[in-house]
Amino acid sequence: MKYHYYPGCSLEYNAAAYHVSTLAIAGALGLELLEIDDWNCCGATEYISLNLAAAYALIARNLAKAAQNKATRQVVAPCSACYLNLRKCDQSMRESPKLDKKINTALAAGGLAYQAGSLAVRHLLDVVVNDVGYAAIAAKVTRPLKGLRIAPYYGCMIVRPDFEKSREVGSGKWRVGSGEWEAVQSGASTSSARLDKSAAGQSGAAGQNTASTSLGRLDKCEYPMTLDILLKNLGAEVVEYPMKAHCCGGHMTQISEKTGFEMIRRLIKGAVEYEADLIVTLCPMCQLNLDGFQGAMNRHFKTKYSMPVLYFTQMIGLALGMNASDLGIGSELVSSRAALAKIGVEAPAAEKPAAAKKASKEALPMPKMPDPTPALPIAKTSDREGGYPTPALPIAKTGDREGGVSPARSAAPEIAKSKE
Amino acid sequence: MAEETRIGVYICHCGTNIAGVVDVGEVSRWAGELPNVILSRDYKFMCSSPGQELIAKDIKAQGLNRVVVASCSPHLHESTFRGACVSGGLNPYLFEMANIREQDSWVTTDKLEATKKAKALVAAAVYRVSYQKPLESLFVPMDPSVLVVGGGVAGVQAALEIANSRRHVYLVEREPSLGGHMAQLDKTFPTLDCSACILTPKMTDVGKHKHVTLFTWSEVESVSGYVGNFTVTIRKRARYIHEELCTGCGICWEKCPKKVLDDVFETGLGYRKAVYTPFPQAVPNIPVIDRPNCTYFIKGTCQACKKFCPTGAIKFDQQDELLTVKVGSIILATGYEVFDARRIPQYGYGRLANVFTSMEFERLTNAAGPTGGKVVLRDGVTTPKSVGIIHCVGSRDVNYNNYCSAICCMQSLKFAHLVQEKLGAQVYEFYIDIRTPAKAYDEFYQRVLKEGAQLIRGRVAEVTNEACLPGEDGKLIIQVEDTLIGKQRRIPVDMVILSVGLQARADAKEVAIKFGISCSVDEWFIEKHPKLDPVATMTDGVFVAGACQGPKDIPSSVAQGSAAAARVMSLIGQGEIEIEAATAVVDDGTCVGCKECIPTCPYQAISFIEYVRKAYINEALCKGCGTCVGACLSKSINLKHFTDDQLVAEMVGAMQTMKLFEAS
Amino acid sequence: MSAVTVQTTVEPLNFFEQVVAATPGESHLEACIQCGTCGGSCPSGADMDHTPRAIFALIKADMKEAVLHSNTPWYCVSCYYCTVRCPQDIHITDIMYTLKRIATQEGMVKNTPREKAKAPNFSQAFITWVENYGRSFELGLMGVHMLRHNPFGAFKIADMGVGLVAKGRMAFTPTRIKEFDSLAAILAKAKELEGSE
Ligand SMILES: Cc1cc2nc3c(=O)[nH]c(=O)nc-3n(C[C@H](O)[C@H](O)[C@H](O)COP(=O)(O)OP(=O)(O)OC[C@H]3O[C@@H](n4cnc5c(N)ncnc54)[C@H](O)[C@@H]3O)c2cc1C
Ligand code: SF4
Ligand code: SF4
Ligand code: SF4
Ligand code: SF4
Repeated sequence: MKYHYYPGCSLEYNAAAYHVSTLAIAGALGLELLEIDDWNCCGATEYISLNLAAAYALIARNLAKAAQNKATRQVVAPCSACYLNLRKCDQSMRESPKLDKKINTALAAGGLAYQAGSLAVRHLLDVVVNDVGYAAIAAKVTRPLKGLRIAPYYGCMIVRPDFEKSREVGSGKWRVGSGEWEAVQSGASTSSARLDKSAAGQSGAAGQNTASTSLGRLDKCEYPMTLDILLKNLGAEVVEYPMKAHCCGGHMTQISEKTGFEMIRRLIKGAVEYEADLIVTLCPMCQLNLDGFQGAMNRHFKTKYSMPVLYFTQMIGLALGMNASDLGIGSELVSSRAALAKIGVEAPAAEKPAAAKKASKEALPMPKMPDPTPALPIAKTSDREGGYPTPALPIAKTGDREGGVSPARSAAPEIAKSKE
Repeated sequence: MAEETRIGVYICHCGTNIAGVVDVGEVSRWAGELPNVILSRDYKFMCSSPGQELIAKDIKAQGLNRVVVASCSPHLHESTFRGACVSGGLNPYLFEMANIREQDSWVTTDKLEATKKAKALVAAAVYRVSYQKPLESLFVPMDPSVLVVGGGVAGVQAALEIANSRRHVYLVEREPSLGGHMAQLDKTFPTLDCSACILTPKMTDVGKHKHVTLFTWSEVESVSGYVGNFTVTIRKRARYIHEELCTGCGICWEKCPKKVLDDVFETGLGYRKAVYTPFPQAVPNIPVIDRPNCTYFIKGTCQACKKFCPTGAIKFDQQDELLTVKVGSIILATGYEVFDARRIPQYGYGRLANVFTSMEFERLTNAAGPTGGKVVLRDGVTTPKSVGIIHCVGSRDVNYNNYCSAICCMQSLKFAHLVQEKLGAQVYEFYIDIRTPAKAYDEFYQRVLKEGAQLIRGRVAEVTNEACLPGEDGKLIIQVEDTLIGKQRRIPVDMVILSVGLQARADAKEVAIKFGISCSVDEWFIEKHPKLDPVATMTDGVFVAGACQGPKDIPSSVAQGSAAAARVMSLIGQGEIEIEAATAVVDDGTCVGCKECIPTCPYQAISFIEYVRKAYINEALCKGCGTCVGACLSKSINLKHFTDDQLVAEMVGAMQTMKLFEAS
Repeated sequence: MSAVTVQTTVEPLNFFEQVVAATPGESHLEACIQCGTCGGSCPSGADMDHTPRAIFALIKADMKEAVLHSNTPWYCVSCYYCTVRCPQDIHITDIMYTLKRIATQEGMVKNTPREKAKAPNFSQAFITWVENYGRSFELGLMGVHMLRHNPFGAFKIADMGVGLVAKGRMAFTPTRIKEFDSLAAILAKAKELEGSE
């Protein structure tokens, strides 16, 4: 599988570990990454705040450069901000012919051109879970991340905005569901008539090897599961992290420390409360904020948090048995040494945190939720399987609630005697 | 044609609606010169009594045998003018209408152009009308029995009204008992009377009514026929209980060892047995065995119910039955379902234990509910000290249902009252707008305010258990912008109630297709006219009532139930039904018996007569849509009143006029 | 805001139209029902002068100055929570970008107090490196930004900078792309086209 690879500025230095670990696992996963020749900065969230045409022209130059190499039409970006910028630029050009014309006029001044829609822009996580697939990765695991409690952290720009939504609102197709639901559901087998309206081929979060070129939503906007499932497949224990799609603050530390540090604090505090050993992320900006600014944040709030933050590519590498040093591990400011010491150590977890409380007799049952986790080849079912950080109340296993009708309906016998 | 054609043309001013744009005098003058036109007039309001009398008088005095009126849409007044012709002694099918309002004066600003178009439309009608033939309408007898589908409060009301006037009702309900959603509710706004106390008497009345045949645990399998003469097949699902033998003593469900989570009636908060009635006052008071959960059906063992049943009513070998009934009209009262709160992950339902839906709360606070009316948290013991009620969950949102669910503001205020009354807990309500537009509703709102509920204007952003500020630990925090002060607020509470919206039943579309009616984009059944005919549908003889037509409270659902009954009774009172004469006919001489037409008819009106090997169209079923006409390869089907020569003449009329204008 | 009565104009509300026109695609701004979902969801909401919802009310009231002088758009961190949650599908984050652009392009930023100019200056500083090299340059950016706005504050996060440098996560010199001239031409042309129809 070939991809144009857009590393983005962060991966050159600050997030070099992400770059190194991506390249380290690419071969093992069968991904051939062709770095876009002479790529330039995507402008982050800054350029578009100053000049729209210039911002999009800057981004489009990368797409134009990539499109020159016809080996593949897939572009992959590991940085969420880069991914969003590239994708949004392509999308806006497709939707607005006026903008398309402006951008192509500008590109022409530099001897380039880009036909909107000719490339499919995707995040690295998308490629890993949908093109490679959970099962294929799980099959390669030689050092399961057993005993490691991980808080999966998605941040914003990989799950939001929802490109499908705008399209569907526009076409009046939107009313049936947010689509987020289908994404959760696609892992489970059931979906009622009401809920499964969306095109079957949309890249469902949990679906394996769903159409790789589909530019649907990667995961739901509010409570994504893709990374959770991936980490479970690596053998890790994934904590239910309520803050998983909340904002890391972006450049806020530079604008208003008070605002920025508070956003970081919430995220670290959440992971600590859920007794995670480390946070795993998929964006260099998130990593920089959570790891790089953790010390400054601690000083600001007089706290003493020490929560390591690693990239998901590093975790894959570790699970595949690679050396920590080959994966750029060690360049994080909050050391992951203690956390990683747990891997492979067979000793039973000292304290099993938040073990499911036995429900009292009086307890009312919890509403049933679809299990978003597809068959996991190796992952051990944790005591919180499909569960939530609430006391484990009986989660009923019977009936079919979606239809809103009586449970026995589907099972009525076929044969009918006819009177009259 | 032996008889001389004598056409009268009438151009309506429609006040200034038409005359303000079209030069009606000129059109009238010009029409007078068209072939066979004996007289041409323009008049202020043709639809008024003097206007109609004018036509009738002219027919008699001038010997008119064709009439053309150029005015509004036939949808509005075709039947009016046909009536005028009849009172003048003319067959109504010798009348033709030209629409020079909706299709001309309302959509054209240029007066000259509008006048030209009016002339062309009038000429088309004049040319056509010469070819029109007198037709006779068909009358079919009206079957006085009625089918009511859905036994919620709307269906129950409709059934009672009809049965009380001694017409027979077949009431089909999918669940084991009548009652619908109202049976689940605790108290009802705005008067706070106990839901069961006002509903169950009605249910019992229906259950024992000698003019009602009740089919619960049943569904309509198929419908055929037309107004006055529907044939309905009902699937009566096996209860595995002999209905005549069962006395409803309850020993079976007492003895049944299999506990099952009840996620229909108890919304997943309580349990029932594998043999059960959904609630104690169920009508009929006959249980059903839930086959997928029954140990006997799973393993072949147990049979406890059978052993203990004193009358031997348990019949494990019972089968579904298909029953056929004949009715003249149908009322659909299939109600709604509630929005699935799990679709909004940021509100935490299903993830955060103490987030409840409004329906769950109804069961919690209901004395007959799983907690015996104790309002407690999910642990089953703790009483909440503060409760947050979130409005518009899944409603008024392009991401989910883009309409107001109409009842949830009042229902939320009702909850505020109940919580304060029962627990003395602090209540916060989060709303975008408070909608209380009905009798005594706003007064109820005032009352709740006086009782101390805190109303915060802002749509909730998220509910989280992630404590940030002091005092938030162990609580659910409602994060919201208080839009009236323009500031973010975080409100820690013990319990959150999501006032989920109402939405159409998951199978609404299938049901609509089954009964030949249509659904709106939101899948509510569409009424014939939103203001003037709110319970009829575009399909004659099929009516709708209650929340299946749109979100509705109990008073409106009951009112619609009665209204639908009244519409049905007026149909029955007529004794027979007039059927449109413009139907398709097969020409026996040329029909080659290829059967091409048969599958194309959307009303299944075409059958094949084997011994002559020709197609035959049942006039009573044919709606005159003309689909078959196009399908017939040998051109053997003719649509009366829309024959080829009539349509060609109409086009010639219009085109010759346009040509005339081009030339000049 | 203190309680002052604002005289409403009868003139067409130009600012609203300007914002809508400058936002790519359909912003749906006209459909705002003032529900506050955006304001409640915004991670920066607590520190904004006006919540996003209030900003939209101000835009509709044609109170351009109040909008462009507020820190709101600059405090937007592009988390897109508001956008996905808005019940009216209003493209809020995109509108925040539009407001930032209008503020800079119309010189509103210049006469804002120093503290408030922090964000626009940060964007400008970032972009200066990009416009001159084709790549961003974190050390240079931080240096310039810190010196300008918070020379002493720099010490607060100095250990972080040191840490990053020590871990090889910070470059000392910016990299320039090969075909820089072509990029410069593209950007020059694009800037010329900005605002044109
Ligand atoms: C939480 C909550 C609280 C409420 N509180 C109040 C209140 O206090 N006051 C008030 O006025 N209103 C209240 N309402 C609204 C009230 O529930 C409705 O107005 C009312 O129940 C509508 O009655 P219905 O008969 O139209 O529909 P339903 O009650 O839904 O009944 C429809 C019936 O049709 C059956 N059915 C459906 N499809 C089929 C089929 N295909 N074949 C056969 N049978 C079928 C169903 O099983 C059901 O029995 C509340 C609603 C909710 C959600
Ligand atoms: S046979 Fe089935 S319904 Fe009867 S008692 Fe046993 S489990 Fe219950
Ligand atoms: S009735 Fe009230 S709570 Fe329900 S959708 Fe309408 S506004 Fe929202
Ligand atoms: S969420 Fe949307 S509708 Fe609500 S206030 Fe914000 S912009 Fe307006
Ligand atoms: S995108 Fe901006 S305005 Fe919207 S919630 Fe996030 S920070 Fe606030």
